[in-house]
Amino acid sequence: MPKTKAETAVRAKGGEAQKAPRPVRREEMSKLRWTWEEMKRNKTAYFMLAPFFLLFIIFTVLPVFLSMILSLTDFNMLQMPHFLGLSNFKRLFLEDDIFILACQNTLIFASITGPVSYILSLLIAWFINELPPKIRAVVTLVFYAPSISGNVYLIWKTLFSSDSYGWANATLMELGVINQPILWFENADYVMPLCIVVALWTSLGTAFLSFIAGFQTISRDMYEAAAVDGIKNRWQELWYITLPTMRPQMMFGAVLAITNSFGFGAIVTALCGFPSVDYAAHTIMHHLDDYGGARYEIGYASSIAVVLFVIMLASNIIIKKALSKVGE
Amino acid sequence: MSKKLRTRGHRVILNRSAGGDTGITIVLTLMGLFMFLPMYYVVIQSLKPLDELFMFPPRFYVISPTLENFSDLFTLMGDSWVPFSRYIFNTVFITICGTIGNLIFASMAAYSLAKLRFPGRNAIFQIIVLSLMFHSTVNQVTHFIILSAFGWIDTYLSIIVPSMATTIGLYLMKQFMETSVPDTVLESARLDGASEFRTFLIIAMPMVKPAWLTLMIECFKNLWNAGSSIYIHSEELKTFHYAINQIVSGGIARSGAGAAATVVMMSVPIIVFVLNQSQIIETMGSSGMKD
Repeated sequence: MPKTKAETAVRAKGGEAQKAPRPVRREEMSKLRWTWEEMKRNKTAYFMLAPFFLLFIIFTVLPVFLSMILSLTDFNMLQMPHFLGLSNFKRLFLEDDIFILACQNTLIFASITGPVSYILSLLIAWFINELPPKIRAVVTLVFYAPSISGNVYLIWKTLFSSDSYGWANATLMELGVINQPILWFENADYVMPLCIVVALWTSLGTAFLSFIAGFQTISRDMYEAAAVDGIKNRWQELWYITLPTMRPQMMFGAVLAITNSFGFGAIVTALCGFPSVDYAAHTIMHHLDDYGGARYEIGYASSIAVVLFVIMLASNIIIKKALSKVGE
Repeated sequence: MSKKLRTRGHRVILNRSAGGDTGITIVLTLMGLFMFLPMYYVVIQSLKPLDELFMFPPRFYVISPTLENFSDLFTLMGDSWVPFSRYIFNTVFITICGTIGNLIFASMAAYSLAKLRFPGRNAIFQIIVLSLMFHSTVNQVTHFIILSAFGWIDTYLSIIVPSMATTIGLYLMKQFMETSVPDTVLESARLDGASEFRTFLIIAMPMVKPAWLTLMIECFKNLWNAGSSIYIHSEELKTFHYAINQIVSGGIARSGAGAAATVVMMSVPIIVFVLNQSQIIETMGSSGMKD
């Protein structure tokens, strides 16, 4: 079995770069035994990992599995749960009209904010990259600041307030477009677009910084070589040279963009209240909050959480597949 | 070779047309204004005296700036039985404890995942990457059950302890350690008889200072911005973020004080970022994810 032997050699070599006692040779014992010996040899590694990993299991992994189990029951925090099979999911998709509305809203919200914030982060980082370092630092701050400044997005509520002291209403009234102030956040037609704008405003976060850093790591030599090889303009350069080199950053950025595009519930609640007018900005996150936090229908809320979880993971996997085609 | 390359000295001037440069400058300026003006407006609002707040149309400048709004913060919430300083204390306390805990636990874990080879290492890292792919709000409900099993509902612990296991900081730290701590340096420390933990603390940690700053700011920004948590009911345990929401919901008369509170709140993370920007960008250079 040449394959396992080669593997062993690699492992043993990797191990030797570590510390004494010497790594155990794979040939001498069964796979299980070998694993056990390796584990004993590396016990410091496990000790160092343990505090974080234990908390991670308790507060991230366990909740996911608990949701999956509870979604099959009618648990309500008070009585013993009964097993219901898939009837929570049936209720969600067949009887709960607000959930269907929430699904639509979430998908609209996520499919706009996710890609737009991703492309904006990438383009702006790319534009910024050409600036001289001092200016670059200032411009980076201007774009990044809204994402770290907590609930500064509440200022949009002042800008778009429902009386004539809000900037939007005042400007439109000055221009004679409207006579009456518009109730921006109480009007079902405006709620969703406004929330999307505000969400985008706060969305140039960690992924954006990651892109800026990524652009900086690409050496100038590559661009010069490309120019010699006949790359004609900056867009060709972006597609053929820059983006393929940036692929790891782009993967990381995509993961964060997708995750965040499903996490704007708090902004919507702060701007539009809960529930929003006619459920116009009601998302799956709000539905989850409603059943989990307010009505204590934990079983039902868990099934909502499971659906949301599946949507998030699925979109991540699909996007990852798509991104591996960039520059090919 | 159809094209003649432009050069300055011996450097090749890259493919940059003047038209493209102008276009990009315009787009960047417009986007910059869109990002900047609301932030600027908060600061202006916070400096406006009451009569200017009620001016029609609202102005993007202030005629006679005042700090009244800032001093109002402390009297405004004076009638509620929780003093305003208590909200600030809560946020500061939660942020400091959570950030330090996350820094210690996540760096130890990052070192072990980046630099030690042990069975299960890849699987564990894969699970951690997977956790970046969903937003923590999904877990909110079951989180509540687990926290109440610990008896932590309505205590600081309900926010602090889970935040110590935030994965983004660990991820960035691990990626950075892989690229910037050479194995040979660790190896020579081990040959000199340093224990694995000592190697981590004395050799590896000082080499990844940019990464801890990044981890700290990631954790800091989450905790500092922690809003009204469903796990906390007591007024005296609530955060600054929650207090601002309360002030702002008071409407136009409170908008000066609300803006002042927001300025206090946002200035802290912005200052922290400005001081550490270059180190954070350095860390982000290794943030990439392999397919």
